[in-house]
Amino acid sequence: MEGRRSLKIVVCVRRVPDTAARIRIASDGKSIDTSDAEFVINPYEEYALEQAVQLKEKHGGEVTVVTLGPEKTTQVIMKALALGADKAVHLKVDKIPEDPGSIARAIANELKGSEFDVLLFGKKGVDDDNQQVGPMVAELLGIPCITQIVKLDVSDGRGVAHREVEGGSITVETTLPAAFTAEKDLTVPRYASLRELVAARKKPIIVKDVQLRALSLEIISVQNPPPRPPGKIVGKGVDAVPTLVKLLHEEAKVI
Amino acid sequence: MTGEVLVLAESSGPAFRKAALEAVTEGRRLADLLRVSEIVLAIGNGLKDPASELGKYGADKVILADDPLLAIFHPDYYRQIALEAIKRVNPSIILAAATSTGKDLAPRLAIHLDTAVASECTHLEMENGKLIATRPAYAGKVLLRVKVNSSPSIATLRPNVFTAREAVPGKKPTVEQIAFNRPDSRMIVKEFVTQGAKKLDLTEASVIVSGGRGMGGPQNYKILEELAEVMGGVVGASRASVDAGWRPHSDQVGQTGRTVSPMLYIAAGISGAIQHRVGMINSKVIVAINKDPEALIFGFADYGIVGDVFEVVPALTREMKAFYGKT
Ligand SMILES: Cc1cc2nc3c(=O)[nH]c(=O)nc-3n(C[C@H](O)[C@H](O)[C@H](O)COP(=O)(O)OP(=O)(O)OC[C@H]3O[C@@H](n4cnc5c(N)ncnc54)[C@H](O)[C@@H]3O)c2cc1C
Ligand SMILES: Nc1ncnc2c1ncn2[C@@H]1O[C@H](COP(=O)(O)O)[C@@H](O)[C@H]1O
Repeated sequence: MEGRRSLKIVVCVRRVPDTAARIRIASDGKSIDTSDAEFVINPYEEYALEQAVQLKEKHGGEVTVVTLGPEKTTQVIMKALALGADKAVHLKVDKIPEDPGSIARAIANELKGSEFDVLLFGKKGVDDDNQQVGPMVAELLGIPCITQIVKLDVSDGRGVAHREVEGGSITVETTLPAAFTAEKDLTVPRYASLRELVAARKKPIIVKDVQLRALSLEIISVQNPPPRPPGKIVGKGVDAVPTLVKLLHEEAKVI
Repeated sequence: MTGEVLVLAESSGPAFRKAALEAVTEGRRLADLLRVSEIVLAIGNGLKDPASELGKYGADKVILADDPLLAIFHPDYYRQIALEAIKRVNPSIILAAATSTGKDLAPRLAIHLDTAVASECTHLEMENGKLIATRPAYAGKVLLRVKVNSSPSIATLRPNVFTAREAVPGKKPTVEQIAFNRPDSRMIVKEFVTQGAKKLDLTEASVIVSGGRGMGGPQNYKILEELAEVMGGVVGASRASVDAGWRPHSDQVGQTGRTVSPMLYIAAGISGAIQHRVGMINSKVIVAINKDPEALIFGFADYGIVGDVFEVVPALTREMKAFYGKT
């Protein structure tokens, strides 16, 4: 083990419907019916969790998972524990609210007063695509936050992260505690073995009921995206190329 | 009383990003609907001249924070300036581009202003003085119409969806400087490494030529680069080719990559999985080249060619060369 002290690491994990799952607009026209969907751990948190476990392996310490979600989130918690987290806090609500600010406040309340060095998030939930909860929690806690990171090194109470941005990458150094949001290339997530899945059942899960405040961001309706006009097969092979260029110019008017 | 429309205009070097000009144009539209002024906050380095050009896109006034320390986005510096400008302006609507900077800054501001952000919007409208934003969610399977109940309403706009328009040629905005007093920060922004001398970012490109596993190996992307060059575009990739190590992650289009909306998206040797589709379905025109007539991508491409990329792509490059040579 390197480094002078062990690390307390928190990873915030979101339960999301599998992308391939069918999504239906609920009968009220303003919510999503996910009853057919299979749920998974949000893909970006797999990178965050793997980073957490690697930091623990290097420096020693403990990884806590925090998730806000309905009863059924237990499944996702089990997966996170199997991937190497040591314990979990489940903030229980009927459903995940659509307002990221509301989620962030509940998570920040839970973390306020607790000690940690590294707070990890995914870059975004692949369901709501908000990309907000991470920096919001950090602002509420008054700690630095570096978003969209593809690399993180921690030593001596400092973190150095690379953010992936348009046209390049930015290196940012920060004191700890600090928050980070994981981009896809941060780590290569591992698979949980059967043994770890079994061991996960013995790890502690603290369940708390939380009250959410009134929503600041509200869904007023959900619509199907307009269908794309039916496409056409221009033809086969090289012979179709001149027609394609003609269509792009004359019909689609994009060249 | 309705407050002004404030647009955070992001720069890249001594120029505004295209996505920022799109936001300024859209901000003008909303300001007209609300009969208020549009005020633009420009943060960066070397923006004095470009700032006065923002009038063309509709800005009535530009608040300018210009300092070498602001050349690269620093959350604490930018937050401080934005909050100061917001205090001066007291806006009812705040817009920013949904870039890495916009999406980092907007939620931070929302916490300080006790309000909310609608992210990655593709359409904005006003209803009874409230901002209603349309945004895709659930891998593009649905469009949400959302309302921010608190004021100011903040929205980030997906790049390339709104058009930047020089609607008011010759208009000069008033420019007001805002002093930058470096705040204490626990973060140090150390360096910005560009990926080579190139190139437009995928999210801002108007032509993208993307290659997938069907490209067979990293060396073969050369034919896509040649096509992209002829068309003034950039090369993207599917996750399969990024995971294979053929292309960098920054080129990846899709759910765990970039969300793009170019005028023209050419998918070569890409099957069209839902996770890829979500990243590019908002492209104006999609062209697919795939040797498998059953490939999913033909289900949502506007134009398809069934064929081998190694034959079709070079032929397309030649044809495009001839086309551009003529016009
Ligand atoms: C959580 C999650 C997130 C994901 N995120 C993303 C993402 O962000 N972006 C993304 O792209 N994918 C993503 N994926 C992966 C996605 O599911 C697909 O596996 C991936 O898009 C497939 O890439 P591909 O089309 O290049 O490869 P394949 O599916 O293997 O398709 C290759 C295609 O090339 C064609 N082909 C082969 N040779 C030739 C030739 N010589 N000429 C013409 N055509 C040829 C084949 O017919 C085939 O259709 C994600 C998956 C998961 C589970
Ligand atoms: N309900 C939740 N419980 C725990 N963490 C969450 C929750 N929602 C979002 N997060 C975290 O915040 C990140 C960004 O989410 P979002 O702002 O919803 O796109 C996710 O990748 C998670 O790390």
